[in-house]
Amino acid sequence: MQQAKKPGTIKNLIYYKLTPVLTLFAVWYLLATGLNNPALPPPGKALLTFFEQIPADLGRHFLISSWRVLASIFISLFAGVPLGLWLGTEERFDRFFAPLIYLTYPIPKIVFLPVVMILLGLGDPSKIFLITLVVFFQILVTTRDAARSVSQAMILSVVSLGAKKLDIYRHVIWPAVLPDVFTALRIGSGTAIAVLFFAESFASSDGLGYYLMDAWSRYAYLEMFAGIIAMSLLGYLLYVCLDGLDRKACPWKGL
Amino acid sequence: MPGGGAAVLVDRLSFFYALNGNRVEALKEVSFSIEGGGIYALIGPSGCGKSTLLYILAGLLPPRGGRVLINGERPLPGRRATSLILQEYGLLPWKTVWDNVVLGLVIRRLPAGEIRRKGEKVLKEMGLWELRRRYPAELSGGQRQRVAIARSLATEPDLLLMDEPFSSLDALTREALQDVLQNILQSGGLTVLLVTHNIEEAAFLGRRVIVLTPHPGSVYQIFENPRACSPGYRKSAEFFRLCTELRNALEFAQIRAQDANAGCG
Ligand SMILES: Nc1ncnc2c1ncn2[C@@H]1O[C@H](COP(=O)(O)OP(=O)(O)OP(=O)(O)O)[C@@H](O)[C@H]1O
Ligand SMILES: [Mg+2]
Repeated sequence: MQQAKKPGTIKNLIYYKLTPVLTLFAVWYLLATGLNNPALPPPGKALLTFFEQIPADLGRHFLISSWRVLASIFISLFAGVPLGLWLGTEERFDRFFAPLIYLTYPIPKIVFLPVVMILLGLGDPSKIFLITLVVFFQILVTTRDAARSVSQAMILSVVSLGAKKLDIYRHVIWPAVLPDVFTALRIGSGTAIAVLFFAESFASSDGLGYYLMDAWSRYAYLEMFAGIIAMSLLGYLLYVCLDGLDRKACPWKGL
Repeated sequence: MPGGGAAVLVDRLSFFYALNGNRVEALKEVSFSIEGGGIYALIGPSGCGKSTLLYILAGLLPPRGGRVLINGERPLPGRRATSLILQEYGLLPWKTVWDNVVLGLVIRRLPAGEIRRKGEKVLKEMGLWELRRRYPAELSGGQRQRVAIARSLATEPDLLLMDEPFSSLDALTREALQDVLQNILQSGGLTVLLVTHNIEEAAFLGRRVIVLTPHPGSVYQIFENPRACSPGYRKSAEFFRLCTELRNALEFAQIRAQDANAGCG
């Protein structure tokens, strides 16, 4: 039980980080040999292509996409968390904004891509904006709901110690919502990559989305799977970083 | 140990909650006074407004009628010398024992050196020094309650308001903590208003025991208890007599409230 939580030891690293990856490759291998079709190349070949392609072009696309995802996540975080905290604690404002949020939340934001491209051009800004639009709402709603459910007794006990509004945010509400913010970020980073793919496959000339669609259109399945590996890697790295940060920032969690 | 400690005056205090446009009466013309120093017990059935009364004394709720004075002044939230321990302890799960205990000092923006000195002092007094790096989730109920008391004492209050602080503890832990509380009072300079619905606890600790009627609370009877906290008192005939009297008072208050309700209906 306790051991599972201790990160960093070699044994744990192999057990928790490597085994799942190997399992995935094994399943992939079985499927590919069973199917025996160029549309699903075996993992070994795909990996080889992946490593060949990194210095060629894939590395550059990977970095471009990573930058777009990271920028979007940061913007969503810095806009969504404070706003969520505020709406979650100030009922008056929430009553005004909640209908707005619920009206716009379900809209699939990718339909705005054409408009966004007209307004912001074809480069990074339009893609970052679109991803941000999606991730922002997820973070906003999660943070607000978490802030709302902070126990009143806890707030009162701190107020009785003389806490002013800022102290309450700092000592009570912020740490109380932090685990939920991390959950939102984990969900959000998956969504971000999905939206990224869409944004980059549409009137675009760089990024993993472009790389994938380009390979696909040329029936270059090995390259396509190299791109898929790169995309998974991006998601995995984000996930690992978030997990590490989560553990560092919320050591009390799960006690 | 009189002298020092805050004096409290509660004068025809009334309070109601507004709930969906209705008034929920919680306190009705409650009056009593506390001269200061020592433990005063407030006892009454569940829902009679004991917690509400403490919130008002802590300045977290405003009186709706009558008035409350602490050392002659109206309570304000964060009155420097009032400390409140809530029914559910109110410890912050994301802070270690140390960070919980010094929270009041941090909020008051005390210099770091002073925070360290005062935190160390109170943790050692309360026997919590070894536990200072733990989180509340890693403590027993009794230890958590000690942390809550330590946090309240760290700010060196003259009035300590405690809402059923020992209710969820086993008898021995409870008595050990009652002794801790007594020790704190030895040094003088502190008034404790202790809310409880445990008759023995009120009878042993309270130099004055205020019995409230059922909802909406008002004062039913006040008992003087000069031998409170003295050694051996827990096993004396006087103690048992007071317990019986308190029990009777609570029961009569209950019956009278039922009669009053029947009369209304
Ligand atoms: N926020 C609130 N809104 C409406 N009514 C409330 C609220 N808080 C308490 N009350 C009501 O006020 C009355 C007094 O509540 P209070 O919590 O002060 O009782 P108590 O004596 O502390 O009870 P217990 O011994 O169970 O802790 C109760 O009838 C309760 O239902
Ligand atoms: Mg109560």
